[in-house]
Amino acid sequence: MDNYIISTKNLTKKYGNKVVVDNLNLNISNGEIYGLLGPNGAGKSTIILMLLGLTEPTSGELSVLDFIPTKDPLKIKRHTGYLPEKVGFYEDMTSAQNLEYTALLNGIPEKEIPQKIDECLDLVGLKKEKNRIVKQFSKGMKQRLGIADVLIKDPKLVIFDEPTEGLDVEVANQILATILDLNKERNMTFLISSHQLNLVQKICHKVGIMSNGKLIGEGNISELSKNIFGGHKYQIEVEIIGDAEKLIEKIKSVKGIKSVTSTGNTIHIGTDTDLRQDVSKVITNTEGIILTKMDIKDFSLEDVYLNYFKEV
Amino acid sequence: MKSVLTIYRKELADYFGSKKFLILLGLVYLTGLTSIYVSIQNIRAAAQSSTDAFVFLKLFTTSGDVLPSFLYFLSFFIPIMGIVFGFDAINSERNSKNLSRLLSQPIYRDSIINGKFLAGITTMAIIISSIIMIIAGIGLRVIGVPPNSEEILRILIFIFICVCYGTFWMALSMLFSVVMDKTATSILTAIAIWIFFFFFIQIIASAIANAVAPVSSSATLATQIKNFSVDIGIKRISPAYLFTESITVLLVPSGSQLFLRAVTTADISKMILSPLSLGQSLVQVWPQIVVIIALAIICFAISYIVFIKQEIRST
Repeated sequence: MDNYIISTKNLTKKYGNKVVVDNLNLNISNGEIYGLLGPNGAGKSTIILMLLGLTEPTSGELSVLDFIPTKDPLKIKRHTGYLPEKVGFYEDMTSAQNLEYTALLNGIPEKEIPQKIDECLDLVGLKKEKNRIVKQFSKGMKQRLGIADVLIKDPKLVIFDEPTEGLDVEVANQILATILDLNKERNMTFLISSHQLNLVQKICHKVGIMSNGKLIGEGNISELSKNIFGGHKYQIEVEIIGDAEKLIEKIKSVKGIKSVTSTGNTIHIGTDTDLRQDVSKVITNTEGIILTKMDIKDFSLEDVYLNYFKEV
Repeated sequence: MKSVLTIYRKELADYFGSKKFLILLGLVYLTGLTSIYVSIQNIRAAAQSSTDAFVFLKLFTTSGDVLPSFLYFLSFFIPIMGIVFGFDAINSERNSKNLSRLLSQPIYRDSIINGKFLAGITTMAIIISSIIMIIAGIGLRVIGVPPNSEEILRILIFIFICVCYGTFWMALSMLFSVVMDKTATSILTAIAIWIFFFFFIQIIASAIANAVAPVSSSATLATQIKNFSVDIGIKRISPAYLFTESITVLLVPSGSQLFLRAVTTADISKMILSPLSLGQSLVQVWPQIVVIIALAIICFAISYIVFIKQEIRST
């Protein structure tokens, strides 16, 4: 477990008879941005709570920053920043007072606190709002203040639970840019739990897909698509009127086609090159088939994700 | 320990800056000053006609024709104060989504509940001792009789009992703030319990005592004593009653011991009543004081254990 910031081995958490996390083996390297995907109830939040030592695993091994959360939760929390999905602040206190409280709880020397507060607020674009009470903040501002709150302790590991949930595109992009900058400049490791696939696709180096407490897929997006779609790069989607089954056999015979599947009148063709011309020829040469639409696209994380759940 | 201190300081600052603190302080000061006015009106006559060695203590116990004594006001306000400082201690943190952020800091979970509890006790101690000191100061100036050393000791023990009693109510309402999600539910439950112990227990005790040993004009002495014993036995379930007993014995050293047990008029006529010494007063009310402290500890211990074992969710 030595070379990883986070490492779990057969980690299991049960509430009564219900298995919430099931034999999880997860390894996150230093400097990595790791996206943890999965629907509600997949076990993502429970994993985070176990990483922070806020709940104990039922069985298995777990190490964060080379410490065991059940034995050394304070050492882990000293170097780990956590931004919950719904972050709360003391609304009658100013943003600076909220950050000061966090800094004091982290044992940061009082002399250093004002400078750290300025730095962190500057980083998230809230320096001008330093003396404004949090009650007057918008949701986006609170979320940015949450990031500042996480950064005040100079964490090695940052855990974000749905960091851009409910934010408008501009604010969400600002937050993503901040995450990328921190990862690049300070080599911070990020674990981002989210179900916003476009967000994860934009910034994560590696993705883990959770379902019913199990890690059903892991890797970067091309690795995942390789697993699920058989290793091809593009997907051609064809909508037709006519007998799809009859056409599928003919399309399979085209050189370079890796996979062909259908859902109703839509045929999904996996390839490594753009074979739209060859496919359209086959369709037009097939009697009784009318081509209504043809698209080509790279596999997105959404495709990968949906296909994983289709298979599960 | 440092994290407890940080939380304690923050909570203390919150309490002192909060509207609930200012309202409570205003109410306690207003009623305290009203009662001192009433007692000063009546105390001169009492002091002149009495040979009582504890004139200064009468500042706290003398009532007027309409207004009750400061003791009565205090026994009414201390539970309210305790409830107000404890009812939202934990569930407000949970509802404002602060709890999971707070728990992700390098602090032990019990630091939160310990810090809040200590800050609440400190705030109550400051309010209670300040109003008692103000009353003592005004009384000293107006009646011109300085307290003797025993009276000072009695006043200090009185402050201690008041703080313990307030701590019990705060620990109880804090327990509700741990087990109940909504602040409205926790405050209503605590108030309901206070109303029961303050008002209804007296009605229930009388009803049961009269059912068990009805006292009519022809009732025997044994029946009267049994009625009294059942009545007082039930009332002593109430912390409010234990508090009243303990502070009355402490602040009214002459003859207050009589109300702790069944005594007939015939017995009283044979007695030579003299004030109890401080030691004797404490012996009389020691069980009451211990029960109040024990109840506070039990309530806080349950809150502590439940809070430590509570599942923390991120949302």
